Parts: sequence; structure tokens; C-alpha cells
Amino acid sequence: MTPALVRLRGLLRKEIFQVLRDPSSLLIAFLLPVVLLAVNGYGISLDARHMGLAVVTELPAEDTREIMQALIASPYLAPVQATSTEAGTQLLTAGKVRGILVLREDFSARLKRPSRWPARAQLLANATDPNTARILEGYVAGALLTWAAGQQEEKRLLPAGSITLEHRYWFNPELRSADFIVPGMVAFVMSMVGTLLTALVVAREWERGTMESMLASPARMGEIIAARLICYYGLGMLGMAISFLMAILLFGVPFRGSFAMLGASASLFLLFALAFGLFISTLARSQFVAAQVAFLTTLLPALMLSGMLFDIASMPGWLQALTYIFPVRYLVSILQTLFLAGTVWPLVLANLAALAVAATVTIGATLAVTRRRLD
Amino acid sequence: MWRRILALILKELTSLWKDPKTRAVLLVPPLVQVVVFAYAATFDVNHVPLAVWNEDNGAISAELVRRFAASPAFHVAAVPDHPAAAAALLDAKDVVAVLHVRQNFSARVLAGQTAAVELLLDARRSNTALLVEGYAATIVQDFALDYQPIHTPPLTLDVRDWFNPTLDPQWFILPGLVAVLSLIVSMLVSSLSLARERELGTFEQMLVTPLRPLEIMIGKAVPAAIVGVLEAHIIVAAALLWFRLPFTGSVPLLELALLVYMLASVGVGLAISSFARTQQQAILGVFVFAAPAIMLSGFASPVENMPQALEWLSRLDPVRWMLVVARGVFLQDMPAAVAVQAIWPMAAIAAALLAGATVSVRRALR
Repeated sequence: MTPALVRLRGLLRKEIFQVLRDPSSLLIAFLLPVVLLAVNGYGISLDARHMGLAVVTELPAEDTREIMQALIASPYLAPVQATSTEAGTQLLTAGKVRGILVLREDFSARLKRPSRWPARAQLLANATDPNTARILEGYVAGALLTWAAGQQEEKRLLPAGSITLEHRYWFNPELRSADFIVPGMVAFVMSMVGTLLTALVVAREWERGTMESMLASPARMGEIIAARLICYYGLGMLGMAISFLMAILLFGVPFRGSFAMLGASASLFLLFALAFGLFISTLARSQFVAAQVAFLTTLLPALMLSGMLFDIASMPGWLQALTYIFPVRYLVSILQTLFLAGTVWPLVLANLAALAVAATVTIGATLAVTRRRLD
Repeated sequence: MWRRILALILKELTSLWKDPKTRAVLLVPPLVQVVVFAYAATFDVNHVPLAVWNEDNGAISAELVRRFAASPAFHVAAVPDHPAAAAALLDAKDVVAVLHVRQNFSARVLAGQTAAVELLLDARRSNTALLVEGYAATIVQDFALDYQPIHTPPLTLDVRDWFNPTLDPQWFILPGLVAVLSLIVSMLVSSLSLARERELGTFEQMLVTPLRPLEIMIGKAVPAAIVGVLEAHIIVAAALLWFRLPFTGSVPLLELALLVYMLASVGVGLAISSFARTQQQAILGVFVFAAPAIMLSGFASPVENMPQALEWLSRLDPVRWMLVVARGVFLQDMPAAVAVQAIWPMAAIAAALLAGATVSVRRALR
């Protein structure tokens, strides 16, 4: 065995002892994925259900009662009667309902006489959350039109020779929210775990003064970094395995891609994230600064700029350009594809190459910064 | 007593301010993030790439394709001419959707038959696909009306969007960022300050000072709360001056809510640091709390969508209540009576946590 390998083995043992002594590294690798995936997998849902809707009927009649029934029948709406627009507004400001449907006095009278069509219903929506407001509008309009269609002979509403739009959702035909969210979430978890595992390690050594003793040892900087990366890589991959199993078993997300590509992309991303954590902590020197930087450069970008929740194609151009800096976007893209679509080689390989570049650059940068720090 | 507390507060604030890196970390990133995230958080679709696979060569389909191309929601990125090419574009994420017009489309429309166009959507791109379908349906509907005006519909739905008439997503996200970014900073400052003293052994030195446990707690809590409140104000200022958000509610109400919220957040930070022996453990605690707290708060997706159990859990989440007040005072001219219903849960959370942390520090001191 060459001296370098002996040193590397010694350093590895040191890192492993350190991990085992302080449970927080183990907790990061094992507890964090479970907590994050469980809470977020169940918690983030883009399916709106039971949206509160106040219904104000100024002159109750047969029609308005039927409309109320139609609204109640919708799984997306939770309608309640309100006596007046004022009462509805109070419910709205208190956050109890998301919108008010107003059926004016002349509504059913006009509905009965085709000469006075259309009868106007009014929806006052709380648009503070524009996305939910749009969804609410869609469902209320849908419920009203379906009811009206049931009232009419179908022919008159949908005359022969109309043009219609059929749609098919590929990869997720039932539009399950878990299938949307969970693959991106696995990437989010990996990004947290990878950076957190290492972000504090070197900063802690500087703070405690043990860095100086490492420098006095015959170990070279590259070896120290290699030992750290190997040790935490093992931990991180176990965390990845836990996340993957939870996605498949707990959330029932399909996996249609290649396991080799899953392993390759997770490995490259993890190497990047671990090296990035080392990079932060080498520059920061204090755990507080390292933690802040880790929070700001991983948690929020992974949530907002990765394409997991918000589509990158809809962002302004300068921001789309910025997302390329955060490798989590490549991982999200690969994972979404491997889970839902299968191994689409051009896409997977292109993103894999980007991850490889990110990992190489970050490891190189870490080595460079650490060398400089020695002087 | 108050002089001792004041001295401790000043010491904490000085130690935060004197290190240029710490100072930079407290001030710069929040501003950068406000700008980046306010632009990122759009559930709108603008200019999304669309492939058009037109097997029909009539005039009517050409007109329909022109309508799609002219819509600000889409731009035609590719025109595949066989199914495999269309599928490859979707698979590789080059386009969000493929508009497929079958042969004889124009002929069928002219003959008065039902003609369908097909839209294939990439459902990996979460709710973009849903929005794209909505836009496409509207375009097709309007188009159909121009070719075959149907009878007056029996009823119509007029929609008025309150509080955010232009449905601007930034109006929704910025008040949320006030809560989220100030949470992270104040929790880190409070949880790390105690954990650092423990890790470096200076906690023992505090024991020999005349400071009492309660005084230490106040001395640790107040600076973190001050930092958090300042942070929140920076973001509020950015929202009002740069993004031109309206501010319809009452300023004192926002200030009160922020103060209570920061006390709750500092309470969480101190509770975490009473368990943590090292800073790494404290930071882990902050992450384990902050990530779910942000997710369950309604910051990104509505609280009502969550399963009942998580909805109940989210009532213990101070971020949820702060979001209600922040969005309320910015956009909805929230009445004080309604705001109080969101402020008192935060006050209860703050009181419970701060009391618990004081007790545990007292125990640690013995």
C-alpha cells in the first residue's frame, strides 16, 4: 500500500469516527429525507379541494336551489349559503371562503325566458393568490355550465359542427399531485442533505482550531478533501436510497427509467453538493456564516429555481439564465424524466454532462480555495 | 437588571455587526433573494414553447395555428411532421405541448361536422400543463365561436378579482417572502448564539457573571428579534419601492404582527439551541423546523389543499399566521379584528416556547 493510500485510510477512519460520535450527521442523512419527504409529499398539493365559496341567493327559487346542489356535488368546492353580499364579504375577509357567488334577484326569472338570456351570475374571487383564484373560477364556471347543459337538450348547447379541444396528459394521465411533486422533492432533499453534511465540517475545524493540527499532519489537502467526500458520499447515497424507497413505496410514484442513470445522476449531484458544502465552509470559516450561505444558496433555489414548483420556461430571460448556475435544476429534470417518462437519452445525458461539469468545477474550486487558505 | 440585559444585548449585536462576513450575510442575500424569487414565483405561462403538428392543409387549420402563434402564452418552437418527431420533442422537454391537427380538419369544419384538435401535454411540468390547457381551450373556444356563433348561452359567469385585480403573482409571493426570509435569519441568529457559546465553552463563563437565566434568555432573544424585524423591513421596503405593491392595511398592525412573529421564531430558535450541544446540531434543528414550516404555511400552495391532519399541524406553525396578516395588510385592508385572530396564535406559540427555553436554560445552569 502506498503511503498516500495509508494516509487516506487513516483520514477516512477519522471522518467515520467523527460522524459516529456526533449524531447530527447521521440525522441529516437519515432523518432529514424522511421528514422533508413526508411533510412535503403530503403537504404540497396543487390539487384544490374543498375551496370555500359563499353563495348569495337574493331570490331563492327552484333553479337556484338546483345550482346550489350542483355546487355541493363538486368535489372541489365547499359552498355555504350567505344571506347577503355583506355577509359573504365578511367571510371572505376572514379567510373562511375564497369567493362569493352572487345570484341576483332577476337571475331565475331571466333563466326561464330564453329571450332574456343570458342570466348573469357574478363571482367575486379573492385573488390574493392568483393561482387559486383562477382554479376557483374554473370550477365554479364548470359547475354552472354543466348544470345548464343538463337543463338544455345537449344539442342546443353543443351544436353539430363545433370545434373542440381534446387533451391528453403524457407521463401522468391522471394528474396525480404526488407524481408531480415527489420526484422534484427527492432532488430538493438531496440538495439539502448534500450541502448540509459538509457545509459545517470545515468551518467547525477552523472555529475549534483543529484545522491547524490537520495541517501539521503529513496528509495533503487533496487527501483530506477526498476522505471527506468519500465518507459523506456514502452517507448521502444512503439518504438518497431512503428518499427513493419512500417515493416508490409511500407515495406510489412510478419509476420508468434506468437505475444506472439514477445512480449516476445522484452520485454526480451529491459530489457537487458535498464539494459545494466544503467550498462554503472553507471560505466562511464560521459556522454561522456557513449555515446562512448554505440556506440561501440551496434551500430557496432548490425550491424556487429548480423547476420543481415553478416552471422555468415562464420566468423572465435573465432569471432563466440564472437557473443554469444551480445544478439542482439538472437533477430535477433528470429525476422527473426517469420517474415519469423513462430514460430519454438526449435529455438525461445532456443534464448528466451538466452535473459532471458542476461537480468538477466545484471540486476544483474547493481544492484551489483550500490551498490558498494554507498560505 | 435592565442594565445587565442591555449590556448583553449590545454585546450580541456588536458581535454580529463587527465581522464583515456576518454583516454581509445578514444584509445582501435577502435583497438578492427578494428580487430573484419575486420574479421566479410565477404560476403564469408566458411564451411557452409549443410544437404544431398539422396534418391538415386547409385554410381553417392554418388560421387556428396563427391564433396560437399570436397568443402571448405560446410561441411555436417546432413543426414536426410525424408522430415520432412530436413525441421526441415532448420527451426531451423541448416543448411543453404539441398541438395536433388531424387530416381533413378544415374539410370537416366546412362540412359542419364536429372537428377536434388534440393537445398533448407534458405532465412532468407540474401545473404549467394545467394552465397551458386552459389557455389552449380558450383559444379554441374563441376560434369556434368565430366560425359557428352558437345561440346566446342561458347563463354567464362574470368574474371580479378582488385584492389583486391583475392577478399579479408578485403581489402574492412578496408578503410571503417577508415572513419566510425573516424567519430563517432570526432562527439562525438565536439558535446559533447559544449553541456557539456551548460549543466554545464560553457558556460556562456566562455562569460566573451576575446574569440570571431569564436575563440571558432576554439578552439572546432580543438581538435576534431585532435582526429579524430589520430584515422584514428591508423586504417590505423592497416590495413597496421596487415592486410597487399596494399597502392597503394598517402599519401598526403589521408592526405588531411582525414583533410577535419574530418572538415566536426566536422562541423556536432558542428551544432548538437548548437541545443542541453543537452548532451543527442547532443548524440541523433549524432546517428540520424551517423546511416543513415554510411548506405547510401556505407560502407556495394553499393550506386548504393539505390533508386534515397536516392542516391541524399547520396551526402550530407561526409562518402560517404571519402569512395571513402579511397578505391581509398588504392587499386586503385587513380589519384589526380579523388580524388579531391570526396574531394571538403566534403570541401563544411565542409564549410557550420562550417559557420552555427559559426553564431549560435554568436547568442547564444548575
